[in-house]
Amino acid sequence: MAKLLGLRCRECEAEYELQATHVCEMCFGPLDVVFDYAALKKKVTRDRIAQGPASMWRYRDLLPIEDATPVVTLGEGFTPLVKADRLGAELGLRNLYLKNDSMNPTNSFKDRVVSVAISWARANGFETIACASTGNLANAVAAYAARAGLECFVFIPVDLEPAKIVSISVFDPNVVAVRGNYDEVNRLCSQLVESTPWAFCNINIRPFYAEGSKTLTFETVEQLGWKLPDEIIIPIASGCQFVRHRQAVRELMELGLVREDRVPAFTGAQALGCAPVYNAFNSDTPERVLPVRPDTIARSIAIGNPSDGMYVNRIALETGGVVEAVSEEEIVAAMRLLARTEGIFTETAGGVTIGVLAKLARAGRWKGDEVVVAYVTGHGLKTADVLAKVDGHARRVEIEPTLKSFREKVNI
Amino acid sequence: MGRRRLKLIFGPAMVKEPVIYQLGKQFEIVTNIRRADVTRDQGWVLLEITGEPEELDRGVEYLESRGVKVEPAEGDLVE
Repeated sequence: MAKLLGLRCRECEAEYELQATHVCEMCFGPLDVVFDYAALKKKVTRDRIAQGPASMWRYRDLLPIEDATPVVTLGEGFTPLVKADRLGAELGLRNLYLKNDSMNPTNSFKDRVVSVAISWARANGFETIACASTGNLANAVAAYAARAGLECFVFIPVDLEPAKIVSISVFDPNVVAVRGNYDEVNRLCSQLVESTPWAFCNINIRPFYAEGSKTLTFETVEQLGWKLPDEIIIPIASGCQFVRHRQAVRELMELGLVREDRVPAFTGAQALGCAPVYNAFNSDTPERVLPVRPDTIARSIAIGNPSDGMYVNRIALETGGVVEAVSEEEIVAAMRLLARTEGIFTETAGGVTIGVLAKLARAGRWKGDEVVVAYVTGHGLKTADVLAKVDGHARRVEIEPTLKSFREKVNI
Repeated sequence: MGRRRLKLIFGPAMVKEPVIYQLGKQFEIVTNIRRADVTRDQGWVLLEITGEPEELDRGVEYLESRGVKVEPAEGDLVE
C-alpha cells in the first residue's frame, strides 16, 4: 500500500497530488510531503530499521520513495557519531557528540537530499536533473546524476572558485556559468523551472529532496541508543534542513521509536556575514526575516533570503533553542579547534556550527552533563584555501638534513 | 504569456506607496496578491504577475527602480 498521501501547503493546508512542484498555487506557501503515519506505525520498528542497509536507506519507510522503486545510491548516510571528549573538555561538556557528515560520498550532507531527489526524479520519468548551486549541492547532483545515467545541468555563478568547478566537472555535467551573482542565478533557475521539463533538485522537486535531511537526525537518535539528545546545533542556510530535523523528531515520536516525550532544543548557527535568521531571532519580530547581502567565507550557507527562515525561528523558540552567529575570525578559530581536538577537518560551514557551539558553551548555556550534538555537514578540503590564507603553516620549521640542525630548531 | 511569483519587500520609505497599483497601470501586467504581511514601517507581499515576458522584465525593473526589493516568492534556494 502506498505510504505517501500527497503534498500539503505548510501555510494554508491546501492539498495536492504527488508531483514536481514546490509552491502552493493558492498562497505561495511551501509544500511538504504527507505520509500515511497510521500505516507506517504498524510497519516501522527499531528491528526493521536495524535490518536495513548501513546507509540512510535503512530509514526508507520514512522517505518519499515507494518500496518498489529502485534508488540511486552511493552509500550515503550512516556517518559516524563521534563522542567528542577532547573538544567537550575544552568547552565543559561531558556528553558532546559530533555527527560527522563530511564522511558522505561527495563529502557533504547534500548527498542525503540528492540521493532522494534523483531517485524520485528518475522514478517519475525525468531525464534531466538540474540545480543552482554554490558548490556542495552541484557536487552531489553531478555525482548522483552520473551514477543514475541522467543528463545533468548545473548552474553556477561565473566567478565560482576553480577548485569547486573541478570537483563538479569531473562527473561530466553540463556546467552553465551565469554572468551574474548568486541572486541572479537563483532567479534564472526559478524562471527555467516554468519552461523546461527538468527536475531542479532544490526548486521544483524540493519537497522530496528536503525529506532526505531527516535521516541525519534519525541516525543520530539511533546511534545514541534510540535516545533524543538535549540539544542539536545545526547550520542554517535556507533553513530547509533545520525544519526537517524537527519533523524527524516528530516522526520518531509519532511512530513510537523513541520513548521520551521531551523534544530536544533546536539551535541554529549562522555566520555574522550572512545572518538574516539570527537578526530576526534577536528582534521583536522573529518571524519576519529580512533579506541581507551575504559577505562571509562560509559561502556554502550564505543565503541572504532564506526560504525557511521564519520556520527556523518558530522551531527554535518552540523547543527552547536559540539562533546564534559567529564572526569570520571565530569561524576559522573553530575549524582549527575542531581539527586540533578531534582530528576532524571541516569546511567553513562546520566552523560556523562549532563556533556557535563554543560561543554558547563559553557563555554558560549548559551545566555540563547535557547531551549536545553538533552537525558537521561538510569536509574541510572544500574550503581549504580559507585556512591557507590565514595561517596554514603556523607551527612549521625548516631545518637542514642534520641532527644538529634538528636539535637547534626543534624544541623537544 | 508568462507568469512569475514574486516576493516584494518594502522598507519604511516605500510602505505607503501604491507601487502595485502603478505596476498594473503603467505596464501590460495583471497583478494578483496572494499573501502579505505589512506593518507601519516594513512588509512583504507575495504577488503573482502575468503578462508578456519582456513586459514582466520591465515591470520588475520598475519595482526595483522604485526601491522595492524583488525576490522569487519561494525565497533564495541556491545552496
